[in-house]
Amino acid sequence: MPIGDMLLRSVDDTQINTVFPNTFEEYKKWDKEQDQLPPEEVYKALFQELAYGNKIQVGRALTRMNYSKSGWKSLIKNTSRAIKKAVKKDEFPDSYKDFLIAANEKWADPTFWYAMGQMVNNQTPIYYYNAIDMTYDQDQNVIRQKENRRVYVQTWIKTLKVSVYVTFFCLILGFPVAHLLANLPLRYSNLLMIFVLLPFWTSLLVRTTAWIVMLQQQGVINGILVWLGILSDDGRLSMVYNETGTLIAMTQILLPFMILPLYSVMRVIPKSHMRAAQNLGAKPATAFWKVYLPQTIPGMSAGGLLVFVLAIGYFITPELVGGKDGKLIGSWIAYHLKTTLNWGLCAALGAILLAVMLIFYWLYNKIVGIDNIKLG
Amino acid sequence: MALPSYATPVQRTYYYAYLFFCGVVFFFLVAPLIAIVPLSFSVSPFMVFTEGMLAWPPDPDAWSLRWYQNMIGNCSADVVSSTVPCSHKWMTGTINSFFIGLTATFIATTLGTIAALGLSRPHMPYKGIIMAILISPMIVPLIITAAGMFFFYARINLVYTFTGVILAHVALATPFVVITVTATLVGFDMNMVKASQSLGARPVRTFFKVIMPLILPGVISGALFAFITSFDEVVIVMFMASLDQLTIPKQMWAGIRQEISPVILCMATCLVALSIFLLTTVEILRRRSERLRGIKSR
Repeated sequence: MPIGDMLLRSVDDTQINTVFPNTFEEYKKWDKEQDQLPPEEVYKALFQELAYGNKIQVGRALTRMNYSKSGWKSLIKNTSRAIKKAVKKDEFPDSYKDFLIAANEKWADPTFWYAMGQMVNNQTPIYYYNAIDMTYDQDQNVIRQKENRRVYVQTWIKTLKVSVYVTFFCLILGFPVAHLLANLPLRYSNLLMIFVLLPFWTSLLVRTTAWIVMLQQQGVINGILVWLGILSDDGRLSMVYNETGTLIAMTQILLPFMILPLYSVMRVIPKSHMRAAQNLGAKPATAFWKVYLPQTIPGMSAGGLLVFVLAIGYFITPELVGGKDGKLIGSWIAYHLKTTLNWGLCAALGAILLAVMLIFYWLYNKIVGIDNIKLG
Repeated sequence: MALPSYATPVQRTYYYAYLFFCGVVFFFLVAPLIAIVPLSFSVSPFMVFTEGMLAWPPDPDAWSLRWYQNMIGNCSADVVSSTVPCSHKWMTGTINSFFIGLTATFIATTLGTIAALGLSRPHMPYKGIIMAILISPMIVPLIITAAGMFFFYARINLVYTFTGVILAHVALATPFVVITVTATLVGFDMNMVKASQSLGARPVRTFFKVIMPLILPGVISGALFAFITSFDEVVIVMFMASLDQLTIPKQMWAGIRQEISPVILCMATCLVALSIFLLTTVEILRRRSERLRGIKSR
């Protein structure tokens, strides 16, 4: 339900339509081919709606208008001040068009009027275009954002890159450990399992904090390295507040999610298979590659997808450990939700992320089945 | 899995390299958690191992409980330091966390158990879809759930209230209960319900006298999962809670954002202790449940 609401939110544009209903109604009638500027009726409707509109509602609409083209906010604010003054004195102009243009010459600038075209409908895809660094030009064509405003595509790529790396590292680190756990006698493996389950149960923030303490410039690892004489005191490595830190911390945090499914798959592979293969003349490496590895594929894909999907949506750790250039897409969602209040864009980013996830879950379901998620 | 006696030297080398690698990974998994424990008892406000801490025999001047005193809001002169603020926020946070956590756990456990019971009936219609919806908060990234909930709760005026936070946590925690209870119900013999009813017990009595004792381990471990989910949750709290609903994770988040103080490490140590406690409980319950159902662990 909340997710459905979010999806609606991502295309929703009704708010501004409740503020300027008549203006937009008249605007739709305007034949752009013939005139440079809209007809008198549009100006009149706008005048009246600005004069009698609810201040808070207008304010919100302005924020929305600024997403389409910057400059709207100051323009409307100026104009509405002029209009209110006129209304107070009971002076209604003969030509609303001339009045508005006199109040601010931008009303004679057709680009502003073209930009308004993006807002007249109740639904808009603009947030989705923004989420992939696209925007409208004057003639309502979809173009790429200006060079210096492109951030999201870059972030999407970075998010995917970090997720792939984390998944890869988790697989490399997790596979031998799961193998060891699955093949040891239960007495020992239960004991070692605590090492895997303890981080799994510990608060995410605690682990993130621990990593910052470990990795920071005056932190434990640098301290030990300097103490051992490997590093000089001013050659301390910067491992946190950058991508390295994010990778290290996320790998450790997500590693249990890789080990647990791998373990449950490896547990049921009979040990006799490897012995049989070697008995038949295969070298250990060949036996492992041809006999053991194929049997672990369900575990690897389950763990891999779980880690990947979790990593894509990760927010806390990259935000805290990642610093400025470690920001992933989750951070932007939070930023727009809390700071800029651009909820449409926030919802659109969320919806795209959700779509990416669903594709992976669909794959996951095809390969291993969604019911195989196990806890601990 | 020891090496066979006929292993060649090359195989031996590989084997020990493999064991060493696993050891390194285990170390990588727990080292950060272990490292913060001694640091939280340090005298110095900088989080490094000082000479005094490494000395043997231990130097009593290098260790102290001052940060713990700071955490519980005891701001006496020897505790206050210029760099580390001292307030009652941690205690307020703890109380709020337990309040929200316990309430959410109670509701989620009740709802989750009922849902699991219904879903494990053989003739339940739309089982797959209902299950998918129920466990969706677990697999959808938290940030998306949080954003969606924020929008939705903003419409019905529940943001910045305890009710809103608790309800959001219930939604997050219920899937864990559903999954653990469903797992215990796998070996459950539905004939026992019929037997109890044929002996004249009404459904409610049947539930408490027959079903409940058998699925209790699953319910409890589900409740523990639910509790830790709510207790550890920071994203939703960040969006939906005002200062009145300050919880431990929120306070930690704020602390980490500004500057990590040793007080955070104290709280982290407490949380590690809590998670060890919960982990042990779940493990004991799991073994008990397997023993009761006659499943031999290999």
